[in-house]
Amino acid sequence: MAMNGKGTLLDASTLPVKEFDGIIVGGGGSGMMASLQLAKSGMNTAVVSKVFPTRSHTVSAQGGITCSIQSADPDDDWRWHMFDTVKGSDFIGDQDSIEYMCKEGPEAIFELENMGLPFSRTEEGKIYQRAFGGQSKDYGKGGQAERTCAAADRTGHALLHTLFQANVKAGTNFLSEWFAVDLVKNQNDQVVGVIAFEIESGEPYFLKSKATVLATGGAGRIYQTTSNALINTGDGTGMALRAGFPVQDMEMWQFHPTGIHGHGTLVTEGCRGEGGYLVNKDGERFMERYAPNYKDLASRDVVARSMFTEILEGRGCGPDADHVYLKLDHLGPEIVHKRLPGVTELSKRFAHVDPAEHPIPVVPTCHYAMGGIPTNVHGQVISQNPDGTDKIIDGLYAAGEAACVSVHGGNRLGGNSLLDLIVFGRSAGLHIEESFKAGIKMDDPSSDDVDYALRNLNRVNVSQSGENFVEVKKDLQKTMQMNFGVFRTEELMENGIKEVSDLRDKSQNIHLADKSSQFNTARVEALELLNLIEVAEATAISANERKESRGAHSREDYPDRDDENWLKHSIYFSDTKQVSKRDVNFRPKQVQAFQPIVRTY
Amino acid sequence: MNAIAASEIKTLRLSIYRYDPLKQEKPYMQDFDIDIPAEKDLMVLDVLMLAKEQDPSISFRRSCREGVCGSDGLNINGKNGLGCITPLSDAIKSNKLSIRPLPGLPVIKDLIVDMKQFVDQYKKVKPYLITDKKVDTREAIPQTIEEREKLDGLYECIMCGCCSTACPSFWWNPDKFLGPAALLQAYRFIADSRDTATEERLEQLEDAFSVFRCHGIMNCVSVCPKGLNPTKAIGEIKKMLVKRAL
Repeated sequence: MAMNGKGTLLDASTLPVKEFDGIIVGGGGSGMMASLQLAKSGMNTAVVSKVFPTRSHTVSAQGGITCSIQSADPDDDWRWHMFDTVKGSDFIGDQDSIEYMCKEGPEAIFELENMGLPFSRTEEGKIYQRAFGGQSKDYGKGGQAERTCAAADRTGHALLHTLFQANVKAGTNFLSEWFAVDLVKNQNDQVVGVIAFEIESGEPYFLKSKATVLATGGAGRIYQTTSNALINTGDGTGMALRAGFPVQDMEMWQFHPTGIHGHGTLVTEGCRGEGGYLVNKDGERFMERYAPNYKDLASRDVVARSMFTEILEGRGCGPDADHVYLKLDHLGPEIVHKRLPGVTELSKRFAHVDPAEHPIPVVPTCHYAMGGIPTNVHGQVISQNPDGTDKIIDGLYAAGEAACVSVHGGNRLGGNSLLDLIVFGRSAGLHIEESFKAGIKMDDPSSDDVDYALRNLNRVNVSQSGENFVEVKKDLQKTMQMNFGVFRTEELMENGIKEVSDLRDKSQNIHLADKSSQFNTARVEALELLNLIEVAEATAISANERKESRGAHSREDYPDRDDENWLKHSIYFSDTKQVSKRDVNFRPKQVQAFQPIVRTY
Repeated sequence: MNAIAASEIKTLRLSIYRYDPLKQEKPYMQDFDIDIPAEKDLMVLDVLMLAKEQDPSISFRRSCREGVCGSDGLNINGKNGLGCITPLSDAIKSNKLSIRPLPGLPVIKDLIVDMKQFVDQYKKVKPYLITDKKVDTREAIPQTIEEREKLDGLYECIMCGCCSTACPSFWWNPDKFLGPAALLQAYRFIADSRDTATEERLEQLEDAFSVFRCHGIMNCVSVCPKGLNPTKAIGEIKKMLVKRAL
């Protein structure tokens, strides 16, 4: 059955089936939080991950996990964190979700600490918290807060390894180095599992389940310059779109201010939280002009735009005047090397400077998708009925960066992604557990349903000639970088949409020359391209459709926020390539909703 | 690379270990000539990816490309290291670069080794916090700054396998000697003030092989891409075991 050189067609009649209570696609933070919940409840769970779980991109998170645990400040309040997050989202974050995350957050943090996560500590022996961007006390009126819990500047690594260890303890079943290709749906539009293959042997399977969680992370690899790992190709997002489910707010891509110039690797916002700041070629601390109150700790969209403005107006650093400097040397080696050891390492390695002595050359880099597969607070995937109302998809969940429960809206605050992962990974796990207790009934898929989910794998496997997928990917990254960057215009985007559409056509005709079955990484890359294309096209079309500037989406032709028409989520379907709108939730349960205000820092 | 003038390019002779289990042939070294910009100090992983553009069938693991995920442990000109953070200027010897899989583990294909043995050893040391301290989901288990500092140099392990696969004791007794990576992990929990299972952990390690097959060769220390010191951690475990036996 292995996918050998004969390039034979796979079909439902001979495809082996493995059945689980729950399948989690993705072994990063949200996936392993969900799997831990399920494994602890005794369910037969499998984590399907294309890399060994600790290779997932959560490992790269540096600065921390924002949560009002009242360690740095005993008077801190989750409602202040909620306010900051709503404001940071430029008011299109769903307030029921944000409320849930900020309120449930502390319990999840302590759960992780109790599992062994080696947080840095305060003098009192509590968890250390540092300042991060867009953080305030007293609903923006009490000055800068210190709310980001940190394990030095290796918080993601500490978190991911702790979760892996807890899953080892709980006996979670890992299908490590397995690649999930497509969702399997039955005739009632319910999701009943995935088509996947074991990369080592090349053996394909139908992994059948009553609950499938897409926890596949981000897709920063649609851009040329990104902080994202090479594996961040939007696999779950591509699978959802191909299965006919929508994505939400895909135009909202965060460009992180401090990517190392020439490489894209990140240095944490925690650098600025610890007292670092940005300077232009004149040595001017320019953020004082753009954000008089928060300065370098304004939210990321604001800082990234300010940096590009400095560069475009000729005040960039270096021979090509194409970056600015992040200054840390005034903090002294003690702070820099103790609190930011990982940054010191990366900076020496990729920028060839010791940040305790010289500034780091930085430029904004594509970092995070605020958009993704829309879900409710339980991680259940939502589609849209023809009349615009929400429709829950049975059997399908999403969590983490792949999902859009919309706690980040138009712009994510630093430290909120790790919190999103653990809170909503867990809530998806809890919901699945409860649904199982209540009993789930689902029809089996027909053999046609399974064959339909095999179509892409078959097409790639039997391809005899066609496009070089490496070239198509490079072209895609180039056009996204050129046409859908920090500053956008209709002219550029329409050009970009056309190019992406042409590349989609090419992607339908890619050629996999190497048909070998064992550890064929070319096959994986070819299939990843199909996911990148889906994400890129969703981004392109949604971005052109949103005719305003909000959060990370900044248009020169529509420079203002338009609350009258666009205080809305965008919803995009791949089959029709149409964008519709969805209401933003303004109904938190325990507090009054925060109404849109002018967003300044 | 076609935009760069010829004077700015140099050609590197890259040799890659090739093995396909389904082909009836022995492993061999395949040579590639790779054009690289003279000015730029590329990483070994960059060069591997350029080679893969020439021959897409070359297989190797990679993910973060910044030295934190541990995917691309490789044997680079005879020394274990991570491809993504080993600059060519450090790796190249007389304009030649040979890349082989990590030694001592079964090769699945090309540069990809079977990590099962390595992960099994890791799992054996119960790599998770065991504590009988009162766990309250509304607060953290207290730990002082000094207690937490004892974990520095231990918790940062990325499980790349560079250390254990550079260790002769691990090559000889991979089933009985736990190897530097697993032992570093064992000590990470012994050293954690929140963990209360020290006795149980030491008891599990007191046989002649698990720890004591470490002869202080220190290959692990010299190759660790994160600058960690497993030999020192193993030394601490040995001291505790000896003290316990007296």
